[in-house]
Amino acid sequence: MISDITLGQFFPGSSILHRLDPRTKLLLSLLYIIGVFLLNTPMAFILYTLITLSLILASRISMRVILKGIKPIVIVLIFTMIINILLTSGEGEPLFSFLIFAVYKEGIIRAFFMAYRVIMLIVGSSVLLTYTTSPIALTDGLESLLSPLKLIKVPVHLFAMMMTIALRFIPTLIEETETIMNAQKSRGANFTEGSIIKRARALIPILVPLFVSSFKRAEELAVAMECRCYRGDVGRTKMNKLKYRLRDILWLTVGALLFAGLILLSVKSAELSALGEAMRILFYKI
Amino acid sequence: MNDYFIRCENLSYIYEDTGESAIPVFHPALDGVSLNISRGEYLAILGHNGSGKSTLAKLISMILTPKSGKIYIDGTDITDETLGEDAQYELRRRVGMVFQNPDNQLVATVVEEDVAFGPENLGIPSDEIRKRVDDALSLVGMQDYKRHAPHKLSGGQKQRVAIAGIIAMHPDIIIFDEATAMLDPIGRRDVLAIMERLNREDGITVINITHYMDEAARADRIVVINDGKTLLDGTPDEVFSNVPLLHEVGLEAPQSAELIHALREAGLVINSNAITPEGCRDLLIRLLSGGDR
Repeated sequence: MISDITLGQFFPGSSILHRLDPRTKLLLSLLYIIGVFLLNTPMAFILYTLITLSLILASRISMRVILKGIKPIVIVLIFTMIINILLTSGEGEPLFSFLIFAVYKEGIIRAFFMAYRVIMLIVGSSVLLTYTTSPIALTDGLESLLSPLKLIKVPVHLFAMMMTIALRFIPTLIEETETIMNAQKSRGANFTEGSIIKRARALIPILVPLFVSSFKRAEELAVAMECRCYRGDVGRTKMNKLKYRLRDILWLTVGALLFAGLILLSVKSAELSALGEAMRILFYKI
Repeated sequence: MNDYFIRCENLSYIYEDTGESAIPVFHPALDGVSLNISRGEYLAILGHNGSGKSTLAKLISMILTPKSGKIYIDGTDITDETLGEDAQYELRRRVGMVFQNPDNQLVATVVEEDVAFGPENLGIPSDEIRKRVDDALSLVGMQDYKRHAPHKLSGGQKQRVAIAGIIAMHPDIIIFDEATAMLDPIGRRDVLAIMERLNREDGITVINITHYMDEAARADRIVVINDGKTLLDGTPDEVFSNVPLLHEVGLEAPQSAELIHALREAGLVINSNAITPEGCRDLLIRLLSGGDR
Protein backbone atom coordinates (compact mmCIF):
# COMPACT_ATOMS: atom_id res chain seq x y z
CA MET A 1 0.00 0.00 0.00
CA ILE A 2 1.10 3.59 0.57
CA SER A 3 3.74 2.52 3.04
CA ASP A 4 5.63 0.91 0.14
CA ILE A 5 6.80 4.36 -0.89
CA THR A 6 10.45 4.53 0.01
CA LEU A 7 11.40 8.12 0.48
CA GLY A 8 14.81 9.19 -0.68
CA GLN A 9 15.36 5.56 -1.73
CA PHE A 10 18.58 5.10 0.18
CA PHE A 11 20.27 1.74 -0.44
CA PRO A 12 22.67 0.99 2.43
CA GLY A 13 26.03 -0.27 1.31
CA SER A 14 29.77 0.19 1.67
CA SER A 15 30.89 1.17 -1.81
CA ILE A 16 33.37 3.99 -2.31
CA LEU A 17 30.47 6.32 -3.12
CA HIS A 18 28.70 5.35 0.09
CA ARG A 19 31.78 6.17 2.11
CA LEU A 20 32.41 9.60 0.60
CA ASP A 21 31.62 12.63 2.72
CA PRO A 22 28.09 13.89 1.92
CA ARG A 23 29.50 17.37 1.25
CA THR A 24 31.83 15.95 -1.39
CA LYS A 25 28.88 14.25 -3.04
CA LEU A 26 26.76 17.39 -2.89
CA LEU A 27 29.52 19.44 -4.52
CA LEU A 28 30.20 16.78 -7.15
CA SER A 29 26.53 16.51 -8.05
CA LEU A 30 26.39 20.29 -8.40
CA LEU A 31 29.23 20.08 -10.93
CA TYR A 32 27.51 17.12 -12.57
CA ILE A 33 24.23 19.00 -12.98
CA ILE A 34 25.89 22.11 -14.36
CA GLY A 35 27.92 19.85 -16.65
CA VAL A 36 24.91 18.22 -18.24
CA PHE A 37 23.64 21.58 -19.44
CA LEU A 38 27.01 22.68 -20.78
CA LEU A 39 27.83 19.79 -23.08
CA ASN A 40 27.04 20.15 -26.75
CA THR A 41 29.69 18.32 -28.75
CA PRO A 42 29.89 14.56 -29.44
CA MET A 43 33.20 14.27 -27.57
CA ALA A 44 31.69 15.93 -24.51
CA PHE A 45 28.77 13.51 -24.69
CA ILE A 46 31.07 10.52 -24.79
CA LEU A 47 33.07 11.83 -21.81
CA TYR A 48 29.87 12.53 -19.90
CA THR A 49 28.46 9.07 -20.61
CA LEU A 50 31.70 7.51 -19.43
CA ILE A 51 31.61 9.54 -16.22
CA THR A 52 28.03 8.45 -15.54
CA LEU A 53 28.81 4.79 -16.23
CA SER A 54 31.81 4.82 -13.91
CA LEU A 55 29.70 6.45 -11.19
CA ILE A 56 27.16 3.65 -11.51
CA LEU A 57 29.95 1.07 -11.29
CA ALA A 58 31.47 2.83 -8.28
CA SER A 59 28.15 2.84 -6.45
CA ARG A 60 27.71 -0.96 -6.87
CA ILE A 61 24.01 -0.34 -7.40
CA SER A 62 22.50 -2.83 -9.80
CA MET A 63 21.51 -1.65 -13.28
CA ARG A 64 17.98 -2.93 -12.65
CA VAL A 65 17.46 -0.49 -9.77
CA ILE A 66 18.72 2.37 -11.91
CA LEU A 67 16.44 1.50 -14.84
CA LYS A 68 13.56 1.26 -12.40
CA GLY A 69 14.36 4.81 -11.30
CA ILE A 70 13.94 6.06 -14.87
CA LYS A 71 10.72 4.16 -15.49
CA PRO A 72 8.29 6.68 -13.97
CA ILE A 73 9.38 9.42 -16.37
CA VAL A 74 9.51 7.35 -19.57
CA ILE A 75 6.03 8.40 -20.73
CA VAL A 76 6.68 12.08 -20.10
CA LEU A 77 10.00 11.73 -21.87
CA ILE A 78 8.52 10.08 -24.97
CA PHE A 79 5.80 12.70 -25.11
CA THR A 80 8.24 15.63 -24.97
CA MET A 81 10.49 13.91 -27.51
CA ILE A 82 7.59 13.67 -29.98
CA ILE A 83 6.67 17.31 -29.41
CA ASN A 84 10.30 18.31 -29.94
CA ILE A 85 10.60 16.30 -33.14
CA LEU A 86 7.36 17.62 -34.60
CA LEU A 87 7.68 21.26 -33.66
CA THR A 88 11.35 21.99 -34.29
CA SER A 89 12.00 23.49 -37.66
CA GLY A 90 15.44 23.43 -39.19
CA GLU A 91 17.34 24.66 -42.20
CA GLY A 92 17.23 22.71 -45.43
CA GLU A 93 14.78 20.09 -46.56
CA PRO A 94 12.66 18.25 -43.99
CA LEU A 95 13.45 14.52 -43.74
CA PHE A 96 9.76 13.75 -44.28
CA SER A 97 6.44 15.37 -43.60
CA PHE A 98 2.92 14.29 -42.90
CA LEU A 99 -0.31 16.19 -42.26
CA ILE A 100 0.78 19.62 -41.10
CA PHE A 101 4.03 18.42 -39.52
CA ALA A 102 7.49 18.42 -40.99
CA VAL A 103 10.30 16.47 -39.38
CA TYR A 104 13.80 17.94 -39.59
CA LYS A 105 17.15 16.50 -38.64
CA GLU A 106 17.58 19.24 -36.02
CA GLY A 107 14.36 18.18 -34.32
CA ILE A 108 15.52 14.61 -33.93
CA ILE A 109 18.91 15.68 -32.60
CA ARG A 110 17.30 18.11 -30.19
CA ALA A 111 14.83 15.51 -28.91
CA PHE A 112 17.64 13.03 -28.41
CA PHE A 113 19.78 15.54 -26.48
CA MET A 114 16.88 16.53 -24.33
CA ALA A 115 16.07 12.93 -23.41
CA TYR A 116 19.75 12.21 -22.81
CA ARG A 117 20.10 15.19 -20.46
CA VAL A 118 17.03 14.30 -18.41
CA ILE A 119 18.04 10.65 -18.05
CA MET A 120 21.62 11.54 -17.11
CA LEU A 121 20.34 14.09 -14.61
CA ILE A 122 18.18 11.53 -12.85
CA VAL A 123 20.70 8.68 -12.97
CA GLY A 124 23.63 10.82 -11.90
CA SER A 125 22.00 12.66 -9.04
CA SER A 126 20.36 9.53 -7.64
CA VAL A 127 23.57 7.50 -7.82
CA LEU A 128 25.65 10.33 -6.36
CA LEU A 129 23.17 11.42 -3.72
CA THR A 130 19.93 9.69 -2.86
CA TYR A 131 20.87 6.04 -3.49
CA THR A 132 24.19 6.19 -1.66
CA THR A 133 23.66 8.82 1.04
CA SER A 134 21.42 8.33 4.07
CA PRO A 135 18.91 11.15 4.57
CA ILE A 136 20.57 12.13 7.82
CA ALA A 137 24.00 12.37 6.19
CA LEU A 138 22.45 14.45 3.44
CA THR A 139 20.94 16.86 5.96
CA ASP A 140 24.22 17.06 7.87
CA GLY A 141 26.08 17.75 4.64
CA LEU A 142 23.66 20.48 3.62
CA GLU A 143 23.85 22.07 7.05
CA SER A 144 27.62 22.08 6.94
CA LEU A 145 27.84 23.41 3.36
CA LEU A 146 25.33 26.16 4.05
CA SER A 147 26.81 27.10 7.43
CA PRO A 148 28.53 30.24 6.03
CA LEU A 149 25.00 31.61 5.61
CA LYS A 150 24.74 31.70 9.41
CA LEU A 151 26.85 34.85 9.24
CA ILE A 152 23.97 36.64 7.55
CA LYS A 153 21.52 35.22 10.13
CA VAL A 154 20.04 32.46 8.01
CA PRO A 155 18.81 29.80 10.50
CA VAL A 156 20.61 26.94 8.75
CA HIS A 157 20.55 24.67 11.78
CA LEU A 158 16.79 25.04 12.19
CA PHE A 159 16.20 24.18 8.53
CA ALA A 160 18.31 21.05 8.90
CA MET A 161 16.47 20.12 12.10
CA MET A 162 13.11 20.60 10.42
CA MET A 163 14.21 18.40 7.53
CA THR A 164 15.37 15.65 9.89
CA ILE A 165 12.10 15.73 11.81
CA ALA A 166 10.09 15.71 8.58
CA LEU A 167 12.02 12.65 7.37
CA ARG A 168 11.55 10.99 10.74
CA PHE A 169 7.78 11.53 10.77
CA ILE A 170 6.84 10.81 7.15
CA PRO A 171 6.57 7.03 7.73
CA THR A 172 4.68 7.61 10.99
CA LEU A 173 2.19 9.90 9.28
CA ILE A 174 1.75 7.51 6.37
CA GLU A 175 0.94 4.77 8.85
CA GLU A 176 -1.53 7.05 10.57
CA THR A 177 -3.17 7.98 7.27
CA GLU A 178 -3.76 4.31 6.60
CA THR A 179 -5.31 3.80 10.01
CA ILE A 180 -7.64 6.77 9.56
CA MET A 181 -8.57 5.63 6.04
CA ASN A 182 -9.43 2.18 7.33
CA ALA A 183 -11.47 3.69 10.12
CA GLN A 184 -13.44 5.79 7.61
CA LYS A 185 -13.81 2.87 5.21
CA SER A 186 -15.22 0.70 7.97
CA ARG A 187 -17.86 3.38 8.45
CA GLY A 188 -18.76 3.31 4.79
CA ALA A 189 -16.53 5.99 3.27
CA ASN A 190 -15.74 5.44 -0.38
CA PHE A 191 -12.48 6.77 -1.76
CA THR A 192 -12.41 5.04 -5.12
CA GLU A 193 -15.74 5.73 -6.75
CA GLY A 194 -17.60 8.80 -7.91
CA SER A 195 -16.54 12.00 -9.63
CA ILE A 196 -13.26 13.71 -8.88
CA ILE A 197 -15.02 16.28 -6.71
CA LYS A 198 -16.75 13.55 -4.77
CA ARG A 199 -13.50 11.70 -4.23
CA ALA A 200 -11.72 14.87 -3.17
CA ARG A 201 -14.49 15.54 -0.67
CA ALA A 202 -14.06 12.05 0.71
CA LEU A 203 -10.49 13.01 1.62
CA ILE A 204 -11.59 15.76 4.02
CA PRO A 205 -12.48 13.34 6.84
CA ILE A 206 -8.98 11.93 6.47
CA LEU A 207 -7.08 15.18 6.37
CA VAL A 208 -8.80 16.83 9.32
CA PRO A 209 -7.94 14.15 11.91
CA LEU A 210 -4.48 13.82 10.38
CA PHE A 211 -3.83 17.54 10.88
CA VAL A 212 -5.20 17.52 14.40
CA SER A 213 -3.01 14.62 15.41
CA SER A 214 0.04 16.16 13.71
CA PHE A 215 -0.32 19.28 15.83
CA LYS A 216 -0.62 17.13 18.92
CA ARG A 217 2.45 15.17 17.91
CA ALA A 218 4.38 18.39 17.26
CA GLU A 219 3.55 19.68 20.71
CA GLU A 220 4.54 16.46 22.44
CA LEU A 221 7.75 16.27 20.45
CA ALA A 222 8.61 19.87 21.33
CA VAL A 223 8.18 19.10 25.03
CA ALA A 224 10.27 15.94 24.73
CA MET A 225 13.00 17.85 22.89
CA GLU A 226 13.04 20.56 25.50
CA CYS A 227 13.35 17.93 28.23
CA ARG A 228 16.38 16.64 26.37
CA CYS A 229 17.95 20.08 26.66
CA TYR A 230 17.48 21.13 23.04
CA ARG A 231 18.21 24.83 22.65
CA GLY A 232 18.87 25.25 18.94
CA ASP A 233 22.51 25.03 17.97
CA VAL A 234 23.70 26.84 21.11
CA GLY A 235 26.70 24.89 22.37
CA ARG A 236 25.73 21.83 20.36
CA THR A 237 28.19 19.10 19.35
CA LYS A 238 27.77 16.17 16.95
CA MET A 239 28.39 12.48 17.53
CA ASN A 240 29.33 11.86 13.90
CA LYS A 241 31.40 14.83 12.85
CA LEU A 242 31.81 15.21 9.11
CA LYS A 243 35.44 14.94 8.15
CA TYR A 244 37.04 15.42 4.74
CA ARG A 245 39.40 12.53 4.11
CA LEU A 246 42.06 12.01 1.50
CA ARG A 247 39.58 10.23 -0.77
CA ASP A 248 37.25 13.25 -0.66
CA ILE A 249 40.03 15.57 -1.77
CA LEU A 250 40.94 13.08 -4.49
CA TRP A 251 37.38 12.79 -5.76
CA LEU A 252 36.87 16.55 -5.71
CA THR A 253 40.10 17.08 -7.67
CA VAL A 254 39.16 14.47 -10.27
CA GLY A 255 35.67 15.94 -10.44
CA ALA A 256 37.00 19.45 -11.00
CA LEU A 257 39.41 18.20 -13.69
CA LEU A 258 36.68 16.30 -15.51
CA PHE A 259 34.44 19.36 -15.28
CA ALA A 260 37.19 21.50 -16.83
CA GLY A 261 37.69 18.88 -19.55
CA LEU A 262 33.97 18.90 -20.22
CA ILE A 263 33.98 22.66 -20.66
CA LEU A 264 36.93 22.48 -23.03
CA LEU A 265 35.23 19.76 -25.09
CA SER A 266 31.93 21.63 -25.16
CA VAL A 267 33.22 24.99 -26.20
CA LYS A 268 33.11 25.10 -30.00
CA SER A 269 36.50 25.24 -31.67
CA ALA A 270 35.78 28.71 -33.00
CA GLU A 271 35.13 29.98 -29.50
CA LEU A 272 38.22 28.17 -28.32
CA SER A 273 40.44 29.93 -30.84
CA ALA A 274 38.83 33.22 -29.91
CA LEU A 275 39.64 32.44 -26.30
CA GLY A 276 43.21 31.63 -27.28
CA GLU A 277 43.45 34.88 -29.20
CA ALA A 278 42.20 36.83 -26.21
CA MET A 279 44.75 35.13 -23.95
CA ARG A 280 47.52 35.88 -26.41
CA ILE A 281 46.63 39.57 -26.50
CA LEU A 282 46.42 39.62 -22.74
CA PHE A 283 49.85 38.02 -22.31
CA TYR A 284 51.29 40.17 -25.09
CA LYS A 285 50.22 43.29 -23.24
CA ILE A 286 51.80 42.06 -20.04
CA MET B 1 15.89 18.98 55.87
CA ASN B 2 18.20 18.99 52.88
CA ASP B 3 18.44 15.21 52.96
CA TYR B 4 15.67 14.93 50.42
CA PHE B 5 16.67 15.03 46.77
CA ILE B 6 13.39 16.55 45.66
CA ARG B 7 11.21 18.63 47.91
CA CYS B 8 7.80 19.86 46.79
CA GLU B 9 6.12 22.32 49.11
CA ASN B 10 2.45 23.15 48.84
CA LEU B 11 2.31 22.93 45.03
CA SER B 12 -0.70 24.25 43.17
CA TYR B 13 -1.38 24.42 39.49
CA ILE B 14 -4.44 25.60 37.56
CA TYR B 15 -5.18 24.90 33.93
CA GLU B 16 -6.86 27.74 32.16
CA ASP B 17 -9.24 26.75 29.40
CA THR B 18 -10.67 29.59 27.34
CA GLY B 19 -12.35 27.08 25.05
CA GLU B 20 -15.29 28.36 23.02
CA SER B 21 -16.74 30.75 25.56
CA ALA B 22 -15.05 34.07 26.19
CA ILE B 23 -14.91 33.52 29.95
CA PRO B 24 -11.94 31.35 30.91
CA VAL B 25 -12.70 28.18 32.84
CA PHE B 26 -10.20 27.18 35.51
CA HIS B 27 -9.40 23.56 36.25
CA PRO B 28 -7.36 23.14 39.41
CA ALA B 29 -4.98 20.29 38.61
CA LEU B 30 -2.93 20.36 41.78
CA ASP B 31 -4.06 21.79 45.08
CA GLY B 32 -1.45 22.07 47.79
CA VAL B 33 0.61 18.95 47.23
CA SER B 34 3.71 18.44 49.33
CA LEU B 35 6.03 15.59 48.59
CA ASN B 36 9.58 14.67 49.50
CA ILE B 37 11.64 12.21 47.49
CA SER B 38 14.96 10.79 48.64
CA ARG B 39 17.90 10.06 46.42
CA GLY B 40 17.76 6.55 44.97
CA GLU B 41 14.09 6.05 45.79
CA TYR B 42 11.76 3.99 43.60
CA LEU B 43 8.46 5.81 43.80
CA ALA B 44 5.15 5.17 42.08
CA ILE B 45 2.55 7.87 41.70
CA LEU B 46 -0.95 6.49 41.29
CA GLY B 47 -4.12 8.19 40.28
CA HIS B 48 -6.85 7.95 37.69
CA ASN B 49 -6.96 10.18 34.60
CA GLY B 50 -7.18 13.84 35.47
CA SER B 51 -6.04 13.34 39.05
CA GLY B 52 -3.10 15.69 38.56
CA LYS B 53 -0.35 13.07 38.60
CA SER B 54 1.06 14.06 35.21
CA THR B 55 0.91 17.73 36.15
CA LEU B 56 3.10 16.96 39.14
CA ALA B 57 5.66 15.33 36.82
CA LYS B 58 5.59 18.32 34.48
CA LEU B 59 6.21 20.67 37.37
CA ILE B 60 9.21 18.68 38.61
CA SER B 61 10.70 18.53 35.10
CA MET B 62 10.15 22.28 34.63
CA ILE B 63 7.80 21.98 31.68
CA LEU B 64 5.22 23.86 33.73
CA THR B 65 5.73 26.44 36.46
CA PRO B 66 3.58 26.11 39.58
CA LYS B 67 1.03 28.82 40.35
CA SER B 68 2.14 28.65 43.95
CA GLY B 69 4.47 26.56 46.05
CA LYS B 70 8.15 25.67 45.79
CA ILE B 71 10.14 22.81 44.30
CA TYR B 72 13.72 22.14 45.34
CA ILE B 73 15.93 19.75 43.42
CA ASP B 74 19.10 18.92 45.34
CA GLY B 75 18.69 22.15 47.28
CA THR B 76 18.15 24.38 44.24
CA ASP B 77 14.83 26.21 44.02
CA ILE B 78 13.66 25.51 40.45
CA THR B 79 10.75 27.91 40.75
CA ASP B 80 13.22 30.75 41.26
CA GLU B 81 12.74 33.08 38.28
CA THR B 82 16.23 34.52 38.57
CA LEU B 83 17.71 31.09 37.80
CA GLY B 84 20.08 31.44 34.83
CA GLU B 85 19.48 29.63 31.54
CA ASP B 86 22.52 27.39 31.96
CA ALA B 87 21.42 26.40 35.45
CA GLN B 88 17.98 25.58 34.07
CA TYR B 89 19.39 23.30 31.37
CA GLU B 90 21.67 21.63 33.91
CA LEU B 91 18.58 20.86 36.02
CA ARG B 92 16.77 19.55 32.93
CA ARG B 93 19.69 17.22 32.28
CA ARG B 94 19.47 15.87 35.81
CA VAL B 95 15.73 15.22 35.54
CA GLY B 96 14.96 12.88 32.63
CA MET B 97 11.45 12.35 31.35
CA VAL B 98 10.06 9.38 29.43
CA PHE B 99 6.63 10.03 27.94
CA GLN B 100 3.62 7.93 27.06
CA ASN B 101 3.77 7.92 23.27
CA PRO B 102 7.10 6.45 22.16
CA ASP B 103 6.65 7.82 18.64
CA ASN B 104 6.43 11.43 19.71
CA GLN B 105 9.71 11.59 21.57
CA LEU B 106 12.10 10.20 18.97
CA VAL B 107 13.72 12.90 16.87
CA ALA B 108 16.16 11.26 14.47
CA THR B 109 15.80 8.80 11.59
CA VAL B 110 18.42 6.41 13.00
CA VAL B 111 18.31 4.86 16.48
CA GLU B 112 21.85 5.81 17.55
CA GLU B 113 21.44 9.34 16.23
CA ASP B 114 18.38 9.69 18.40
CA VAL B 115 20.15 8.47 21.51
CA ALA B 116 22.93 10.95 20.71
CA PHE B 117 20.47 13.86 20.51
CA GLY B 118 20.52 14.67 24.24
CA PRO B 119 24.31 14.51 24.73
CA GLU B 120 24.76 16.54 21.52
CA ASN B 121 22.56 19.26 22.99
CA LEU B 122 24.73 19.26 26.10
CA GLY B 123 27.82 19.94 24.01
CA ILE B 124 29.68 16.77 24.95
CA PRO B 125 32.75 15.87 22.82
CA SER B 126 32.13 13.40 19.96
CA ASP B 127 34.14 10.47 21.35
CA GLU B 128 32.39 10.71 24.69
CA ILE B 129 28.97 10.81 22.97
CA ARG B 130 29.82 7.68 20.99
CA LYS B 131 30.73 5.89 24.20
CA ARG B 132 27.63 7.06 26.04
CA VAL B 133 25.36 6.04 23.14
CA ASP B 134 26.86 2.54 22.98
CA ASP B 135 26.62 2.12 26.76
CA ALA B 136 23.04 3.38 26.91
CA LEU B 137 21.91 1.17 24.02
CA SER B 138 23.43 -1.97 25.52
CA LEU B 139 21.91 -1.10 28.89
CA VAL B 140 18.42 -1.25 27.35
CA GLY B 141 19.37 -4.22 25.16
CA MET B 142 19.00 -2.36 21.86
CA GLN B 143 22.63 -2.42 20.71
CA ASP B 144 21.78 -4.64 17.75
CA TYR B 145 19.34 -2.05 16.42
CA LYS B 146 21.57 0.99 16.51
CA ARG B 147 21.51 1.52 12.75
CA HIS B 148 17.76 0.87 12.43
CA ALA B 149 15.04 3.36 11.61
CA PRO B 150 12.80 4.04 14.64
CA HIS B 151 9.53 3.61 12.73
CA LYS B 152 10.37 -0.03 12.02
CA LEU B 153 10.63 -0.91 15.73
CA SER B 154 7.84 -2.14 18.01
CA GLY B 155 6.34 0.16 20.63
CA GLY B 156 8.36 -1.44 23.42
CA GLN B 157 11.57 -1.19 21.43
CA LYS B 158 10.90 2.48 20.64
CA GLN B 159 10.30 3.16 24.31
CA ARG B 160 13.61 1.43 25.16
CA VAL B 161 15.36 3.70 22.65
CA ALA B 162 13.69 6.71 24.26
CA ILE B 163 14.96 5.54 27.66
CA ALA B 164 18.47 5.09 26.23
CA GLY B 165 18.27 8.68 24.99
CA ILE B 166 17.63 9.82 28.55
CA ILE B 167 20.25 7.53 30.12
CA ALA B 168 22.90 8.92 27.75
CA MET B 169 22.43 12.32 29.42
CA HIS B 170 23.45 10.76 32.78
CA PRO B 171 20.46 11.98 34.80
CA ASP B 172 20.01 11.64 38.56
CA ILE B 173 16.33 10.97 38.30
CA ILE B 174 14.05 9.59 35.58
CA ILE B 175 10.32 10.25 35.57
CA PHE B 176 8.27 7.74 33.58
CA ASP B 177 5.02 9.50 32.71
CA GLU B 178 2.71 6.58 31.90
CA ALA B 179 5.55 5.20 29.83
CA THR B 180 4.01 1.74 29.65
CA ALA B 181 0.42 2.78 28.89
CA MET B 182 0.67 2.31 25.12
CA LEU B 183 2.76 -0.87 25.13
CA ASP B 184 1.87 -4.53 24.73
CA PRO B 185 2.55 -6.89 27.68
CA ILE B 186 6.04 -7.79 26.46
CA GLY B 187 6.98 -4.16 25.94
CA ARG B 188 5.61 -3.29 29.36
CA ARG B 189 7.59 -6.04 31.03
CA ASP B 190 10.83 -4.93 29.31
CA VAL B 191 10.40 -1.27 30.21
CA LEU B 192 9.53 -2.12 33.80
CA ALA B 193 12.58 -4.35 34.10
CA ILE B 194 14.84 -1.56 32.78
CA MET B 195 13.24 0.91 35.19
CA GLU B 196 14.01 -1.34 38.13
CA ARG B 197 17.52 -2.14 36.99
CA LEU B 198 18.31 1.56 36.64
CA ASN B 199 17.10 2.09 40.17
CA ARG B 200 18.82 -0.88 41.83
CA GLU B 201 22.08 -1.04 39.91
CA ASP B 202 22.77 2.52 38.87
CA GLY B 203 21.19 4.27 41.84
CA ILE B 204 18.98 6.44 39.67
CA THR B 205 15.90 7.81 41.40
CA VAL B 206 12.86 6.49 39.54
CA ILE B 207 9.36 7.93 39.60
CA ASN B 208 6.83 5.76 37.80
CA ILE B 209 3.57 7.56 37.13
CA THR B 210 1.01 4.95 36.27
CA HIS B 211 -2.50 3.73 36.62
CA TYR B 212 -1.50 0.07 36.64
CA MET B 213 -1.75 -1.20 40.22
CA ASP B 214 0.56 -4.17 39.67
CA GLU B 215 3.30 -1.80 38.47
CA ALA B 216 2.85 0.48 41.45
CA ALA B 217 3.00 -2.52 43.79
CA ARG B 218 6.60 -3.14 42.75
CA ALA B 219 7.83 0.27 43.90
CA ASP B 220 9.34 1.04 47.33
CA ARG B 221 6.75 3.70 47.98
CA ILE B 222 3.41 4.74 46.53
CA VAL B 223 1.81 8.16 46.49
CA VAL B 224 -1.86 8.21 45.53
CA ILE B 225 -3.08 11.48 44.11
CA ASN B 226 -6.75 12.29 43.81
CA ASP B 227 -8.36 15.57 42.75
CA GLY B 228 -5.04 17.35 42.97
CA LYS B 229 -4.37 16.27 46.54
CA THR B 230 -2.21 13.60 48.14
CA LEU B 231 -4.59 10.89 49.29
CA LEU B 232 -2.21 8.20 50.50
CA ASP B 233 1.54 8.02 50.90
CA GLY B 234 3.32 4.91 52.08
CA THR B 235 4.73 1.50 51.24
CA PRO B 236 2.69 -0.67 48.83
CA ASP B 237 1.61 -2.77 51.82
CA GLU B 238 0.28 0.28 53.64
CA VAL B 239 -1.40 1.83 50.62
CA PHE B 240 -3.06 -1.31 49.30
CA SER B 241 -4.32 -2.38 52.72
CA ASN B 242 -6.70 0.55 52.50
CA VAL B 243 -8.91 -0.99 49.85
CA PRO B 244 -12.16 0.83 50.81
CA LEU B 245 -10.52 4.24 50.44
CA LEU B 246 -9.09 3.30 47.05
CA HIS B 247 -12.53 2.19 45.91
CA GLU B 248 -14.00 5.44 47.10
CA VAL B 249 -11.82 7.44 44.69
CA GLY B 250 -12.37 5.05 41.79
CA LEU B 251 -9.13 3.08 42.03
CA GLU B 252 -8.58 -0.62 42.51
CA ALA B 253 -5.96 -2.42 44.52
CA PRO B 254 -3.94 -5.23 42.88
CA GLN B 255 -6.06 -8.37 42.46
CA SER B 256 -4.34 -10.13 45.35
CA ALA B 257 -5.19 -7.30 47.74
CA GLU B 258 -8.72 -7.19 46.34
CA LEU B 259 -9.12 -10.92 47.01
CA ILE B 260 -7.96 -10.63 50.61
CA HIS B 261 -10.30 -7.66 51.05
CA ALA B 262 -13.23 -9.65 49.62
CA LEU B 263 -12.47 -12.58 51.94
CA ARG B 264 -12.45 -10.21 54.90
CA GLU B 265 -15.73 -8.70 53.80
CA ALA B 266 -17.14 -12.21 53.74
CA GLY B 267 -16.28 -12.51 57.40
CA LEU B 268 -12.96 -14.31 57.33
CA VAL B 269 -10.47 -13.04 59.87
CA ILE B 270 -7.15 -12.33 58.17
CA ASN B 271 -4.52 -10.29 59.94
CA SER B 272 -1.78 -9.98 57.34
CA ASN B 273 -1.84 -8.57 53.85
CA ALA B 274 -0.70 -9.67 50.43
CA ILE B 275 -0.24 -7.50 47.37
CA THR B 276 1.61 -9.88 45.06
CA PRO B 277 0.27 -13.16 43.64
CA GLU B 278 3.08 -15.02 45.46
CA GLY B 279 2.28 -13.40 48.79
CA CYS B 280 -1.39 -14.13 48.28
CA ARG B 281 -0.62 -17.78 47.46
CA ASP B 282 1.44 -18.23 50.63
CA LEU B 283 -1.26 -16.57 52.71
CA LEU B 284 -3.96 -18.83 51.27
CA ILE B 285 -1.87 -21.95 51.81
CA ARG B 286 -1.38 -20.93 55.45
CA LEU B 287 -5.12 -20.27 55.80
CA LEU B 288 -6.15 -23.55 54.21
CA SER B 289 -3.75 -25.55 56.32
CA GLY B 290 -5.26 -23.88 59.37
CA GLY B 291 -2.05 -22.16 60.35
CA ASP B 292 -1.12 -18.67 61.37
CA ARG B 293 -3.44 -15.98 60.07
